Order: sequence, then C-alpha cells, then structure tokens
Amino acid sequence: MDFYGVELSNRLLLGTAQYPSPAVLAEAIRAAGVEVVTVSLRREAGGERAGQTFWDLISGSGVRVLPNTAACYSVKEAVTTAHMAREVFATDWVKLEVIGNADTLQPDPFGLVEAARILSQDGFAVFPYTTEDIVVAERLLEAGCQVLMPWGAPIGSARGLNNRYGLRTLRGHFPDVPIVVDAGIGLPSHAAHAMELGCDAVLLNTAVARAGDPVAMARAFADAVAAGRAAYLAGPIEKSDMATPSTPVVGKAFLS
Amino acid sequence: MVAAVVIGAGVAGLTCACELADRGVAVQVFERAEGLGDHACSWFAGGMLAPWCERESAEDIVVRLGMDSAEWWSRHSSSVRRNGSLVLAPGRDRRELSRFSRLTDHHDQIDADGIAGLEPDLAGRFNTGLFFSGESHLEPRRALADLVAYLRDRGIEIAFGREIEPGAHRADWVIDCRGYGAQDALPALRGVKGEMLVLRSPEITLSRPVRFLHPRIPLYIVPWADQRFMVGATMIENDQRSRISARSVLELLSAAYAVHPLFSEAEVVEMGVDVRPAFNDNVPKVTVHGRTVCVNGLFRHGFLLGPAMARQAADVVSGQQSGQSVAG
Repeated sequence: MDFYGVELSNRLLLGTAQYPSPAVLAEAIRAAGVEVVTVSLRREAGGERAGQTFWDLISGSGVRVLPNTAACYSVKEAVTTAHMAREVFATDWVKLEVIGNADTLQPDPFGLVEAARILSQDGFAVFPYTTEDIVVAERLLEAGCQVLMPWGAPIGSARGLNNRYGLRTLRGHFPDVPIVVDAGIGLPSHAAHAMELGCDAVLLNTAVARAGDPVAMARAFADAVAAGRAAYLAGPIEKSDMATPSTPVVGKAFLS
Repeated sequence: MVAAVVIGAGVAGLTCACELADRGVAVQVFERAEGLGDHACSWFAGGMLAPWCERESAEDIVVRLGMDSAEWWSRHSSSVRRNGSLVLAPGRDRRELSRFSRLTDHHDQIDADGIAGLEPDLAGRFNTGLFFSGESHLEPRRALADLVAYLRDRGIEIAFGREIEPGAHRADWVIDCRGYGAQDALPALRGVKGEMLVLRSPEITLSRPVRFLHPRIPLYIVPWADQRFMVGATMIENDQRSRISARSVLELLSAAYAVHPLFSEAEVVEMGVDVRPAFNDNVPKVTVHGRTVCVNGLFRHGFLLGPAMARQAADVVSGQQSGQSVAG
C-alpha cells in the first residue's frame, strides 16, 4: 500500500483522541502494529511547546503522524490549520476535514475540493475526508489528491458501512487510488467488510479508544483488517439465492 | 522522632503533611507561593470523591486507592458531603449512559422520579440516570484551608513564600510535592490542561455532583457553598497554564445549560485554567530517590487519591514500606 510514495504494510490507521491515558494509547498502537496515527492539532495544541510530552510519546512509538484538520468548518480554517500542523509535526501529510454539518459531521464536498486544491498546490500530501460520491472523488483527484478517505458512517456513530454499494462503486471506479474508509466504524466486522470490498485501509478512533479494553480492541481490529484483506485477495465466491450443495446429490445412494 | 520536610502546599503536600503529623513525625512545610491559591492546580479541582465513577476512564487501581478517601477527608475537614453522585445524559446521548453503566459498578439505575427525589430542581428534566450512593464530594478550597488549620492546631505553620530545592535541604526526609514544578526530578511528568468555571445561581440547588455525559469530555457540576457551582473540566494534552479558550467556555456552559436552563441566568464568578501533573498511565506514583520521596502525577484525582498517596509516603518515612524506588 502506497501513500504518496510511502510504502506501508499495516492497513489499520488509528486516531489518538479519547484514550484513557497516553500509556493505553501507546500500548494499543503497539498491540495492533499500527504505522500511521492521526492527531488533531486544533484540539490539543495551544502554543509553541504545548503538549510536547504527548507528541514525544506518540513519535516515540515510531509511527508516522497524519495531522488532521478536525472541527474545521471552512476552507480558510482548514488551510490555516494544515499550515500550523506542517510546522508543528514537520510533515506534509494532512488529513483534510472540512465539515459541512454540525450534527452529522459530514464533509462539505465543495469546501473540501477547494481546500484540497489550495493545499496540494502548497505541496501538501492531502488525505481528504469525503463521502463515497464518485463525482466528488473525481474532483479531489483533479485537485491533486492521491488518496481518498470516504466515510463509512458519521464520525463516532459506530454504525459500520452505511453505503456498501457506494463504496464498491468507488473502488470499481478508481481501481488504482488508495481508498481508506474513515469514520463510523464500530466493530471489527465493519472493518472487515470494508477490506472485503477491496478498500486499502481503515482509519478509526472511537471504537478502540472508548472500548472497555482499548488494547484488546485494537488487536481485534488489526486481525479483522488483515482477515478482510486476505479474503479480498483470495477472491470471494458469488452470492446465490438457492442452496448449492458442496457434494453432488445426483446418484447419491439410498441407504434407507 | 523523624524530621520530614514537605515541599509544596497543594493537595499532595498538605495531605502528606497531615498524614505524617498524624503519625507523630515532625513536619515542616515549605511553599514558594505567598499563600493558598491559584499557584496549585488543586485550587481548581471540583472536589468529587468519586472512585466508582472514575472507573469509566481510569485504571482499576484508582478505585482501590480512592475508596477510603472520603473517610480520610472527614477526619481532616468539615467540608465533606456524603450524598453520592448522579450521572445524567441528554436524550440523544443515552448510549453514553449505558456505556458508563457498563464500565462502572456500585451504582443504581434510577428513573425520573428517582432523580426528582434526589435533586428536586432537576425534576422532569431527565428520564433516567445512574446514582452512585457511596460517593462523596468536598469543596477543595475550604478543604485545603482546613488542612492548614489542622496542621496549625498541631503546631505546624506552613512557611509560605519560601522556595526550597529538594536536594538542598538537610532533613531526614524530603517529601517532594511540587506537582508539575517537579519536572526536573521527574522528566516523565506531562501536563494536562484543564479549564473550569465557577457559577453562582441563587435559583438552583444541588446536593451532590452531577456528571453530564458527553461523547468527548466528561463534564460535571459540583455544588459548592454559597450557591456556587463548579463546572469542569476540560482535558487537553498540553501544558499551557494560561488561556482558557472560547470553545471550552462554550462547552462548559452548554453542559450547565443542558442540566438546567436557569444556569443561563447564573453569574460567572470565575474562569480558571491550570495544568494537572500526570504520568503516562494517569496513575499517581510515590517514588523514592535516596532520602527524597516524590509524590506526583495525581492528574485529575488530587483529592480522591491524595490520602492514599500520603499514606504511601508516610509508610516510606516511617520505614514500613520501601516505596517504588526508581533511583536508589
């Protein structure tokens, strides 16, 4: 799996908010073998040196940081936040969120495309949080994005994949673009669904951070993602309306 | 008789000093500030003695260490109220209540009548809640003043305005309770910013802390004396002691308003911000470095866990326990 020229092997990405403690977060990252974590700049940073211990802990776990622009409602906010994140974390990567609705936290596709264009021209590697809409995806790729991050369901809703048909269409339409399902995942089976559809990776936060045992849940998600990926590569069989016996019936001996 | 010097007169230092005094140890307390006040993050605490509620996000050891704290505080302060605590959620976040219930114990599920019976002013506002009858609360600033008076009654005056280096003092034991200021000795400490409000409303009466569940921040309202209410507290991973953000004020006030709309008429008495000292697992530690005992990392549990940490420190001083030695 290749994100902007960076080769990654683990297909589970984790958010870093809401864990009981940084120690639990670090243990969850380790347990799941996660290589990329997202961090919200707006929420945690306050000044130049603020929160240094927390960032040191995250970077100390050897993962790559994907800063996000969570809670930005306009192009201007998102672009400013992305620039701040580039300075604080010394990375061009940014998960771009431009939120359009406060209740569903769903993306504002118009602002998203505009912000993606501005940031791509500024040299950012943009990971856009978008819907599964293929027309929006097309525009995002034109704007310079090389990764798509469609939602599964509203952020934190734990509903799984709301539109599997849409995600399958997106996959089919853009076979060579890395697709990361981001948001709405509640259970490992949801993550496995996304991977079985052929998505390249899954990004989640709440389902692990707020689980009764976040470390065990991180491990469960890593297993599910690996299983879903393996199933996709193995070539699942087609569905059928009728029973299809796995052994022949014709010519079966009558024993009673 | 053993002589011990306590550095720092926040909740950690004062609980240690009282516990040592209770055991007959000659104690001196040094505090660099001129008096009790906003130099110590315990000044901004809510004062919930709620071990079972804290289990929602804290390690099991926090429950075990915090279970007896109300009893300790009752022996040292008159501000303890043993009325339990109440956990509520707005209708659309009811799943937060079931999550809270699943992760904690020692609670009863109560209905609208149960809530009205406990808190008449909240009658008709919530259909369901959790009641933790075994929990308590206190008013932190009064409790700290009570500890100062308790020590004074035993002939121990706190030396305010005196900054002491832990290594420089010639005493049998130095108890380092400098909180986030002890980063030189404890580089693993990190700061977790917290913001709080104090409101005054003559129109609302609450008898116990009310936790209002929110998907992101655990918000709570603790009734203080004189119709004041402490509304807290944010938890932000940085160590900036200034700058309470508009967003935080908005979130705290929205929660208060959701608990009771009359809070919108309340007077904003204070907006406070400080940094909690914490280790990476958010569990406090007593560590022994030669003849220095460090008590630190109390995070958001200063009043809940102060007594247990003070006991551990006093056990080290009185030779009953070696503590967790990190540096000889």
